[in-house]
Amino acid sequence: MASHVTPPKTAGTYARRGLVVVYLFLLVAWPVGLVVQKTFDGGLENLQAAFSDPDVVFALQLTVYVAVWAVVINTVFGVGISLLLVRQEFPGKNLLSAFIDLPLSVSPVVVGLALLLAYGGSNGVFGPALEDAGLQIAYATPGIILATAFVSLPLVIREIVPVLQEVGAEQEQAARSLGAGSWQTFRRITLPSIKWALLYGVVLSLARALGEFGAVKIISGNVVGQTQTATLIVEQKYQDFEQGAAYATSFLLALIAVAALVVVTFLRPEESPDGD
Amino acid sequence: MTTEILAPPTPTPTGRRGRGRARTNTLTRQSGLGLGLALTWFSLLVLIPLALIVIQAADGGWATFRDTLTDDQTFDALRLTVEQSLLVTVVNVVMGTLIAWVLVRDRFWGKRLLEVIIDIPFALPTIVAGLVLLSLYGPRSPIGIDVSNTERAVFLALLFVTLPFVVRTVQPVLLELDPEVEQAAASLGASQLTTVRRIILPALAPAITAGAALSFARGISEYGSLVLLSGNLPHTSEVASVRILTYIENGNEAAAASVAVLLLLVALAAILALQLVNRWVARRG
Repeated sequence: MASHVTPPKTAGTYARRGLVVVYLFLLVAWPVGLVVQKTFDGGLENLQAAFSDPDVVFALQLTVYVAVWAVVINTVFGVGISLLLVRQEFPGKNLLSAFIDLPLSVSPVVVGLALLLAYGGSNGVFGPALEDAGLQIAYATPGIILATAFVSLPLVIREIVPVLQEVGAEQEQAARSLGAGSWQTFRRITLPSIKWALLYGVVLSLARALGEFGAVKIISGNVVGQTQTATLIVEQKYQDFEQGAAYATSFLLALIAVAALVVVTFLRPEESPDGD
Repeated sequence: MTTEILAPPTPTPTGRRGRGRARTNTLTRQSGLGLGLALTWFSLLVLIPLALIVIQAADGGWATFRDTLTDDQTFDALRLTVEQSLLVTVVNVVMGTLIAWVLVRDRFWGKRLLEVIIDIPFALPTIVAGLVLLSLYGPRSPIGIDVSNTERAVFLALLFVTLPFVVRTVQPVLLELDPEVEQAAASLGASQLTTVRRIILPALAPAITAGAALSFARGISEYGSLVLLSGNLPHTSEVASVRILTYIENGNEAAAASVAVLLLLVALAAILALQLVNRWVARRG
């Protein structure tokens, strides 16, 4: 992008480079490497043991189920609200746009508390009525999905909005003036132009959804084999001195998250999401 | 990835309407319906539950609020949280800017790997982040450094989870910065220090501020990475979010809401700061 005149390399260049490398190695690379090493300490034993523990298997299945639901909800909501925010004018738009970011900076514990106050079975505001209607949210899977959707809500939106702004509305208007319906316009014009940003947002949401801990801990009740997700079982196994299982489950979660991130970073075309 | 999180909040270039802040309504019936649905979902999921925290805290009255916050253990937890978050933010401002600088201006083998390493704290589940740090800085540390169950554990955990914020906000701005301006300054006799102080830092200041705000807000609200590492000892290594959890577990929702309201205010302040910085940048640039 910027014209790269290779600057002369001074002692300062090497000092800065060295400092950054050492800092990142001590803070991130070495500790992460150690967890991987501990996972494979006895060969594949830890992973095999974890996979034959029904509680771990259940937790992993629940986590994937919840994450997929949360991501689907956030994708539909995210695409819809991004189109509204970028392509439409309505009163209160800036306020909404500011509030959309809120879930990213709210503490997970506060999220859990908020959902409990709204959907708790005994003294939540909507909880009792919903339970009478046969829908239990707190301490059940729907609550975990809500908490997960909450914490990852803005990720898709924050990826799509800048791209939508950049491509502008002209092609969409042209399509419409040529008689395309709104669904057709979306599918043929809008979607192709935002597909990389959307994919990136989906992967970020997925990584966040698989890893949510605090909010889920509060709203799920953390019941083994019923509402215990993968991150919750990591905590429990570690505290029960079953560290092999804790490391193995952590490794799996980290592997999925990091792999997804790396794949998309390399898949994504350089900074020109439109391709032209 | 935070670059996108920092994207300015949608002053839209949708054509001729732009001038004169006309708040016209362009909703058709179809998109109006969509907006209604989206707002309903957003309210049910986010706005109403968060509002209930404020209501719950207000319900308890001023007395509960005051009693909760002046409780020794809660006060210590809040102080520890704020202190460590500030400290971490300062380190991030320095190291984050330096990392961004090296990533943009330096070229060496393995730089791409560093880029991935910086995103790892975002991608790792927080509980795993705690476990990861415990492996090098815990009781069985191979280098003999054990920070577990102390306030240093809080510092370390926050440093880990907030690593990407300043880096990822400063990096794109630095990419846009033209090295020729610096060369011009140097050729006019400015020393390296003067160039940094007069040319580079002013250009980066908004991005650094934004990154610092994000980093501080994240530090204040952190929970997962601390659970295994800090031991949650009252008065020593217990942070605000752990306090809230204890109140919830004891069924004291009013007290939990009191502390939660404070955290919520910090979150709102951080968002406000971001919006202001974004507007300011948009106006200048």
